[in-house]
Amino acid sequence: MAFWILKSAMNKGGRENTIFSQVRELPLAAILLLLPVLICGIFGSLFVPHNPAAVNPDLAMRPPSWMAGEGWTHVFGTDSLGRDVLSRVIAGARATIIVSFLGVVIAGAIGVLLGLVAAYFGGWFDIIIMRIVDIQMSIPGTLLALLISTSLGAGLGTVVAVIAIVFWTQYARVTRGETLSVKQRDFVVMARVLGSPAKRILRRHIFPNIIDSAMVVATLQLGVAVMLEAALSFLGLGVQPPSVAWGKMIAESRLYIATAWWLPVFPGLAIMVTVLGANLLGDWLRDRFDPKLRQV
Amino acid sequence: MGRYIVKRLAASLICVVGVSLIIFIAVRLSGDVTQLLLPEDAQKEDFAKLRAELGLDKPIPVQYLIFVREAAKGNFGRSTRFTRPALELVLGRLPATLQLASMAFLIAIVFGLLSGVTSARKRGLPLDLLVRVGALIGQSMPSFWLGLMFILIVAVRFGLLPTSGRGGLSHMIMPAVTLSLFSIAAISRLTRSAMINVLGSEYIKMARLKGCSERRVVWKHALKNAAIPVVTLAGLQLAQVIGYGVIVETVFAWPGIGKLIVDAVFSRDYAVVQAGVTLLSVIYIIINIGVDLLYGVLDPQIRYE
Repeated sequence: MAFWILKSAMNKGGRENTIFSQVRELPLAAILLLLPVLICGIFGSLFVPHNPAAVNPDLAMRPPSWMAGEGWTHVFGTDSLGRDVLSRVIAGARATIIVSFLGVVIAGAIGVLLGLVAAYFGGWFDIIIMRIVDIQMSIPGTLLALLISTSLGAGLGTVVAVIAIVFWTQYARVTRGETLSVKQRDFVVMARVLGSPAKRILRRHIFPNIIDSAMVVATLQLGVAVMLEAALSFLGLGVQPPSVAWGKMIAESRLYIATAWWLPVFPGLAIMVTVLGANLLGDWLRDRFDPKLRQV
Repeated sequence: MGRYIVKRLAASLICVVGVSLIIFIAVRLSGDVTQLLLPEDAQKEDFAKLRAELGLDKPIPVQYLIFVREAAKGNFGRSTRFTRPALELVLGRLPATLQLASMAFLIAIVFGLLSGVTSARKRGLPLDLLVRVGALIGQSMPSFWLGLMFILIVAVRFGLLPTSGRGGLSHMIMPAVTLSLFSIAAISRLTRSAMINVLGSEYIKMARLKGCSERRVVWKHALKNAAIPVVTLAGLQLAQVIGYGVIVETVFAWPGIGKLIVDAVFSRDYAVVQAGVTLLSVIYIIINIGVDLLYGVLDPQIRYE
């Protein structure tokens, strides 16, 4: 991922390539938003102020400590079981990152592969794949997600599967379209005339030309995936305890909405920061690589 | 045109059949219904009897055909929770869902277009920046959280609107606005870029030269062309409104199909889940046919072949 961002920052020709001009080209807002989330997700357990699972009935439902003049002990307050909200928000980053990243990557692998094969060989395989895409797209994504997670049972693996199943169609469509046009280009026709096997043509000649679009789709979908994960855990169909999920924290806060505003506010802001960062990054990559994808 | 409609309907029919297959598989995967329906001390014979009664002893493809045949007749089985036909329950909730979804969709279109067009006209000015940042943030907020924030601020803090349930217009404002915000943002962003494209074209200059009022140039000449990609997007946003409607209905305890489905998921009332998802998908498919036909009205260049 980081490689793609750097590569595309450097891609812009016509200017002198000093370190500073490259830094200026980076999507700074997106990086500023996403980096803290990534750090929390990967290293969060090293610097959480409290154990996110530690129950402490004496300290239940404390408002953010700086508001009560109690210094920095519980900056985001505590929940109904006395657990530190800040620590739980930090811990929640992990599930979100793992689930949405894995989901989007698996969806990408399936979608790109099927899209490539469908477009390159055409025929009945193409028809069947595109029919499945059409059919799946006629069920609103959230409903499909609800249906799948009901039948597979809640859990981390299920959420990953849900994201993979709901999102692969977009890649398949984009990849198919791109492949159809790359297929006509001279170097592919030449390779075929020279007798290269289909597998080699797909891997060496077509894949490198469509991967940029697939990356843009992936980044644009990352935000949607985070949102879907949050929605599923809000409904109780996401990752299960002891894993912390932001959506689940918000769901639990509904009982205390009249008295404890800090319970829903902070996990929600965490979701917003993550999605906003992912969307900004996606927009930036799209404008770089593939302005055609504007409507995706 | 007539031929196109027939072809389009045939394709949609295939979609409906596909959807029914997906729903059937999903529900079959979710485990043995008889375990849920019978008490723990039930005998083996009771299970066998119930399985035969429900047709579960037949091969899976036969079960699917029976499911389709019955579904076509409007029979999705009985709700185990309410002991009433599932479709009847779902249809009973349809008005509430349609009311909320259409209200949200209307708000999304009106405010999305208004803010997008304004933003394009004031390109580079503070108002444009405000709309763009607002749209970015609006697209980044999960609807259930936004709903809770509305409840927190509008209902709990200031006591202006009721928090939940269905009643007069006052009950509908918060859920509808919550549901529409994501789509407002999406429509606004696309409208802005489409309008900026169109406003730079020759025929707009021509219209201005011949002395059209600015309002007429923008809202009639320019918007009509800018609207074509927006219609595509609006069709896609409908999936958002229907899909996320499920969650928003849950947040605001809005007695629609979405809330019914979510409740049914947790009480393992599969007949209701099947009927609800099928009905919402069919509605979505029908509306998309409408969107496709709308292109022809907006853009006479499009010929249906």
